[in-house]
Amino acid sequence: MTERRYRHLETAENPGNLRRVAIDPVTRVEGHGKVTLLLDEAGHVRQARLHIVEFRGFEKFIQGRPYWEVPVLVQRLCGICPVSHLLAGAKAVDRLVGVETLPPAAEKLRRLLHYGQVLQSHALHFFHLASPDLLFGFDSTPEKRNVLALLCSDRFRDIVLEGIQLRKFGQEVIRAVIGKRIHGTGPIPGGMNKHLDAADRDRLAPQLDEVLRWARNGLELVRALYLANADHHRRFAVIRSHFLALVTGDGGHELYDGRIRVRGDDGRILFDGLRDRDYTGYIHEQVKAWSYMKFPYLAALGPEEGWYRVGPLARINTCNFIDTPEAEAARREFLRLDGGLPVQASLAYHWARMIEILHCAEKIRDLLADPDLYAGDLETRGSRCHEGVGVIEAPRGVLIHHYRIDDDGLVTKANLIVSTTHNNTAMNEAIRQVAAEYLDGRRLTEALLNRIEIAIRAYDPCLSCATHAIGKMPLVVDLATAAGETLQRLVRHGDGTVAAA
Amino acid sequence: MTRFTLDGREIPFRPGQTIIEAALAAGIYIPHLCWHPRFPPHGSCKLCTVKVNGRLCSACTFPTAEGQEVVSDSDELRRLRRRLTQMLFVEGNHFCPSCEKSGQCELQALGYYLGMTDSHYPHFYPRRDIDASHPEVLLDRDRCIFCELCVRASRAEGKNVFELAGRGIHTRLVVDSPTGRLGDSALEAGDLAARICPVGAIVLRDTAFRVPIGRRKYDRRTIAEVSIEEERPLLGEGNG
Repeated sequence: MTERRYRHLETAENPGNLRRVAIDPVTRVEGHGKVTLLLDEAGHVRQARLHIVEFRGFEKFIQGRPYWEVPVLVQRLCGICPVSHLLAGAKAVDRLVGVETLPPAAEKLRRLLHYGQVLQSHALHFFHLASPDLLFGFDSTPEKRNVLALLCSDRFRDIVLEGIQLRKFGQEVIRAVIGKRIHGTGPIPGGMNKHLDAADRDRLAPQLDEVLRWARNGLELVRALYLANADHHRRFAVIRSHFLALVTGDGGHELYDGRIRVRGDDGRILFDGLRDRDYTGYIHEQVKAWSYMKFPYLAALGPEEGWYRVGPLARINTCNFIDTPEAEAARREFLRLDGGLPVQASLAYHWARMIEILHCAEKIRDLLADPDLYAGDLETRGSRCHEGVGVIEAPRGVLIHHYRIDDDGLVTKANLIVSTTHNNTAMNEAIRQVAAEYLDGRRLTEALLNRIEIAIRAYDPCLSCATHAIGKMPLVVDLATAAGETLQRLVRHGDGTVAAA
Repeated sequence: MTRFTLDGREIPFRPGQTIIEAALAAGIYIPHLCWHPRFPPHGSCKLCTVKVNGRLCSACTFPTAEGQEVVSDSDELRRLRRRLTQMLFVEGNHFCPSCEKSGQCELQALGYYLGMTDSHYPHFYPRRDIDASHPEVLLDRDRCIFCELCVRASRAEGKNVFELAGRGIHTRLVVDSPTGRLGDSALEAGDLAARICPVGAIVLRDTAFRVPIGRRKYDRRTIAEVSIEEERPLLGEGNG
């Protein structure tokens, strides 16, 4: 059973009488968000919320577009991991043209692309965004908490440069497969548009010894940081939840294609072998008036007990093994942290992320040596149908794309559940934990508020990806007096109707 | 042979040739979108505007004459063409980032060629219908620039599938079929009318994103180079 020990901080009883503190914007995350805290006169936290302030409409404006255009269009959701949307969209489109299994060349090219992007996205997140807090310390001055300051420091310059070069390598893998480092084209319905050029292999493969060394160094850095202050890391922003991830047929770590597994917070497997196309049966979404981001949960367990986490920590906690030796050794050591039970600490996400960087580097090394990438059929076809679901593990976790098309092949309905949305409850619970345990009753300083952001950053949220719904969010408008007394309230319901409340 | 001067260079011409034909025959590119060497000139896009003896004229319709002084490559004309291209972009819904014609689109290639870095004018965001009823051809009116190349090609093929209807800002590309839908027309994927669109308004289904980035028509060559290599050999083939 999951605990929501800090649930009482979601909504304060009398918000009108409380002091409001906002962290706006939340920095060093992708997209735009803010955190609001409501405090009483004694400085006790009464409410803590993560808000998404962007508003976009991808699900709406792809309606009426031809299905083959969708993967290239939706990848514009993001500039950090567009490949995730390209691939999830492509998998959904494969289904629309009746393709379940791609030819080996096409599937391996997509996997290579995906490993390249998970590697670069993880490297970007850790080294560029999250590491300043961890390397300089939570209480370091804000001026120092950025990647440029790390590059100017004698102590961290070399390791951070390695991180930057890791990302560059991942980007180059992407460019080799889809022509551009960001927003390229490669997947077509039922396949890919080209093999890998031998020239690209000859350029990339010789770098792998060094890339693997950088990945090992990064992993060791995070491991050492975590263990050097293990007690603190175990307690900071720790929440208890289930974990949801794709796994292979035999329970192995998987990023591109597999079955959904849910491991409970007590380590038991709650659900296994769930088919991606059936997701509407086991994942439901709750909407709340105060956020543009929905709150998914496992239908069988309900919104209170059925929330879960996705992403690197969920994948490492959920799988039985990783099929590359160095990453597998790292996974085994990682799981010893909590005696084989799922690791629950939010900051353990960084460790899990670095295990996956090493895994991706190993996979890229193996794939570049695979002759299937350079020859063989690139596409296949089946019978077109009207509905397609594509699910992958994006760097930040399970990503679901779901499309319906009409007889002409134009999109009539789209639903995207992105990784960050799955983690919505978890991120809110994490900041409530930090607010309650570290801020409550204390004079708020910049360094204390930064702890809230550190908790959010651990999840590597992509807020711009997560806010894409249009016309579905309930909205409440209050007209209030200067004293905080509500005079009138208008509510727009999920179905678009507006009424006085 | 009779001659005129183009940007100070002497260009030979045959009687009856337009300026754009004589220039292309001599290996000189004058920007254009609605002109195609296989069809009679249309004179609508105005991208080929040049100065003939000091007056602005469309190079695709204006006949050559002995001793003419023609200016095409000047800052003034480049600015004018850039403005025209920007107007074409804002008048329709041209979203290059997700357009399957990207990299093979004449409008996009011309934008690059003319140094267009923004759309300058406010976007119209017109509401236009997409027609995906044909099993092999997609008609996406969002991207139509009303060049009438499809109209002329279909007319030459004896099918008259396409026509422009309405006037001014209400102009739209219509289909001659009992329902007005492309799927009920006589158009076939092999028709030149289905393949001549310079932008992404008429595209063959199942071709999207098949050409990898780096191998697309305008990835390595400018529109000027492509025109000289691919359009020059067609001169004299059609009615031009």
